[in-house]
Amino acid sequence: MSYIPISEKDKKEMLARIGVESVADLFCCLPESIRLKELLDLPGPLSEPEILEYFEKRGKMNLYDRYLSFLGGGAYDHFIPAVVDYLSSRGEFVSPYTPYQPEVSQGTLQVIFEFQTLICQLTGLDIANASLYDGATGAAEAVLMANRIKNKKRLLVASSVNPEYRQVIYTYTRNLGLEVVEIPYDALGRVDRKGLDSALNSQTSVLLCQSPNYFGVVEDLKALGELAHNHDALLTVVISEPLSLGLLEAPGKLGADIVTGETQSFGLPLSYGGPYLGFMACKKEFVRQLPGRIAGQTVDTEGRRGFVLTLSTREQHIRREKATSNICTNQAHCALRATIYLETLGRQGLKKLAWLNLQKAAYALEKLTAIPGVRRKFGGPVFNEFVLEFPVDWSRISKKLEGKGILGGLALGKDYQGLEKCALITITEKHSREKIDRFAQVLEEVLK
Amino acid sequence: MINVIREPLIFEISSPGKSGFRLPALDVPEKLEILEGLPVREDIEGFPEVSETEITRHFTRLSQMNYCVDFGFYPLGSCTMKYNPKVNEKVAAMPGLAGVHPLAPEKLTQGNLELMKTMERLLCEITGMDAVSLQPAAGAHGELTGMMLIRAYHQAHGNPRKYVLIPDSAHGTNPSSAHICGYTVREIKSNERGTISLEDLEREMTDEVAALMVTNPNTLGVFESDICQIADIVHSKGGFVYMDGANLNALAGVIRPGDMKVDVLHLNLHKTFSTPHGGGGPGSGPVAVKKILEPYLPVPIIEEKDGQFYFNYNRPQSIGRVKSFYGQFLVVLKALAYLLALGPAGLREMTEIAVLNSNYIRKSLEGIYHLKYDSPTLHECVFSDKFQKEFGISNLDISKRLLDYGLHPPTMSFPLIVHGALMIEPTETESRRDLDLFIEAMKAIDREARENPELLRTAPHITYVRRLDEVQAARNPILRWEKK
Repeated sequence: MSYIPISEKDKKEMLARIGVESVADLFCCLPESIRLKELLDLPGPLSEPEILEYFEKRGKMNLYDRYLSFLGGGAYDHFIPAVVDYLSSRGEFVSPYTPYQPEVSQGTLQVIFEFQTLICQLTGLDIANASLYDGATGAAEAVLMANRIKNKKRLLVASSVNPEYRQVIYTYTRNLGLEVVEIPYDALGRVDRKGLDSALNSQTSVLLCQSPNYFGVVEDLKALGELAHNHDALLTVVISEPLSLGLLEAPGKLGADIVTGETQSFGLPLSYGGPYLGFMACKKEFVRQLPGRIAGQTVDTEGRRGFVLTLSTREQHIRREKATSNICTNQAHCALRATIYLETLGRQGLKKLAWLNLQKAAYALEKLTAIPGVRRKFGGPVFNEFVLEFPVDWSRISKKLEGKGILGGLALGKDYQGLEKCALITITEKHSREKIDRFAQVLEEVLK
Repeated sequence: MINVIREPLIFEISSPGKSGFRLPALDVPEKLEILEGLPVREDIEGFPEVSETEITRHFTRLSQMNYCVDFGFYPLGSCTMKYNPKVNEKVAAMPGLAGVHPLAPEKLTQGNLELMKTMERLLCEITGMDAVSLQPAAGAHGELTGMMLIRAYHQAHGNPRKYVLIPDSAHGTNPSSAHICGYTVREIKSNERGTISLEDLEREMTDEVAALMVTNPNTLGVFESDICQIADIVHSKGGFVYMDGANLNALAGVIRPGDMKVDVLHLNLHKTFSTPHGGGGPGSGPVAVKKILEPYLPVPIIEEKDGQFYFNYNRPQSIGRVKSFYGQFLVVLKALAYLLALGPAGLREMTEIAVLNSNYIRKSLEGIYHLKYDSPTLHECVFSDKFQKEFGISNLDISKRLLDYGLHPPTMSFPLIVHGALMIEPTETESRRDLDLFIEAMKAIDREARENPELLRTAPHITYVRRLDEVQAARNPILRWEKK
């Protein structure tokens, strides 16, 4: 299949105007010796029906949808309202580029402005950007941003932050002479205060913690913020389940200076990991250090309100090596989906959805811990994820559960020493009472 | 542009009590005691409350304010704004592919793993490289990853080195990525042909230089014909050649970066491989390497054993992760569907027509607009506003006037070596009619510049909003809506 609307006749006439004999003449500047003499070894061409068949076949090779899944840990399965796909698939949203010509991009720019506003409202902070790649790179950008603001080389990262987020932070900070120190978790599953206290010093730029953290436990942000600020360090919070913000107090109101994270929960399918949607918000005074694109309000020559990309002197296309980040193309279309999702659910819907998740998770926790041998690992309060501990290694239990069509949870042993008998279980509004009851029933059988 | 009613912000049409989505009732007993110890918010102040009708109208109207590739010609240089095939959207929406949790056991996701592995193989074949990582999320992310690979190699061999050489015509993400990798940027001057000066390179290339970052063809659309010699100079001092693959639409199927002695490059699936730009992403920036850098690739890599695919995390020399999970999977699917549709002959034709279309425009506008460099160009060409400047007209004015002709302007913000640049990349998915419309509009604008410059200075006239005050936006930033 070809998407080329140039006919042979067109080609001849165009070559004549250019003044060459053939298309090959246009490539004369390429070294002859390495020009390809044959076509590449590639499959195709396939017709449209054949393309669909090709991918449907691979879809059938995936067996995931045959299982009842309680997997979370940074990717969450929520309902997506029909309007999200419908409206976001409009060609006017799918096919433009970055709104560098604002006069013909007011749709994109206004959506970004609304997205930024929604993120500010959820996080309780003043300014948000137009998106980052995902929660993990958001966490990395956030610690780099804190380092630029405070100009101190020590970065504290809670070990209860998602392991993949921490890995990305290491990759980003390794080459810049920065010191990353991990703070352990306590028996409640929260940042260990003693550990934090001894790690904080005058050389610390930032404490990065996640809330709810990787164990599903909600941190005491107010206390952590006070400790950090006492040492002239910033409190940065990364959030991987932003639905929690429909219920929990805005981190900005609890002392967070920067809030970043993942917004896949807001209208993006599981997508086997991507594209997802990173966000970042900060206090007003840090705006010049915020990475990424930002849309701002202004007026046109006739006094009409309009929106433009602004504060571009932070960015790579102006500042080049002095830019706050190298990010250019971000996740704009995903941010559009999140914006439609959040505006569709609205204030009532988001609060109710968070409530459903909270209550169902509490119900699941109660039912599962009623099974002999199963105990709640961490006492700290949770939202829609929690860690359970079992009498034997989780890997043995999960195998048996898989045999019964259930993906019961995520293993923690590979990332956390001592948690080999534990699993992270996630509940969303998609888990009906029947499904949770079935999980409990099967788990009980398996443990016998 | 359709002149519609001014579309308010959603917060301005919100009114209490409405919601656009009904949720099922809670089917478990409600317990209030679980709120103990949780910092519960009182409310989400200012959060909108609208019905589904209002949502649909709001976003439909907003969409109509956007120019887009589905609407018309979009010749942004170095962005490759080609047509986005619709079957690709259908593929990426298949629940069997898109509904899979990334942490599901690999034996349950063999379809997805096979698709990724296939894409890796096709990209190796197209680029002439040995291994690919699909993990980076965009071109700039791929650049950063590539530079990290280079640094990891040098570090493992005793000295990470200090500098990276970058031509003055480069895209801004190049120096930015090098900087984040801990390198200091040294600029290489372009010669009178617009290409890398070999003398400058010889002088600057020392054993403290980790790499040269080169775009080929460069941002002028000019092919670096000396690329093999350039690579030899860099390699002779133990450095690597990094290629910014943004302009691959000029090369794919005709020549391979691997054969040009490139060691590592990134690709932009949202450029060469037709995935939609979405108003600013998501893109995808896979990185392709020669064997020498393969051990450092981001983790995990996909391996195959006894017909089963699995993720291999046991990679002691890897730079680690640059992103969570595996990359922009749905974007990769769209690009793969595109390659399958094209086949090998279609890929070559894509490149040939991209170059034909660009040269057609170049020939048609030569003499009317100033061309700083005489050199042959491939898939894009860069004019400047030099002739029109004599009448007080800049590239900005020309661009804004193009909007009145129902066309999207070319790129203006780079390359820095051409003042008043107009970087035009038509791509291969434009018809002769659309090319001619653009050419005629540009000719008309040149006439207007001479006869009626004020018309250009006050352009655009028929768009949804007129020229916007960007100075005010930066001076008094209003970056969110707030209740009065």
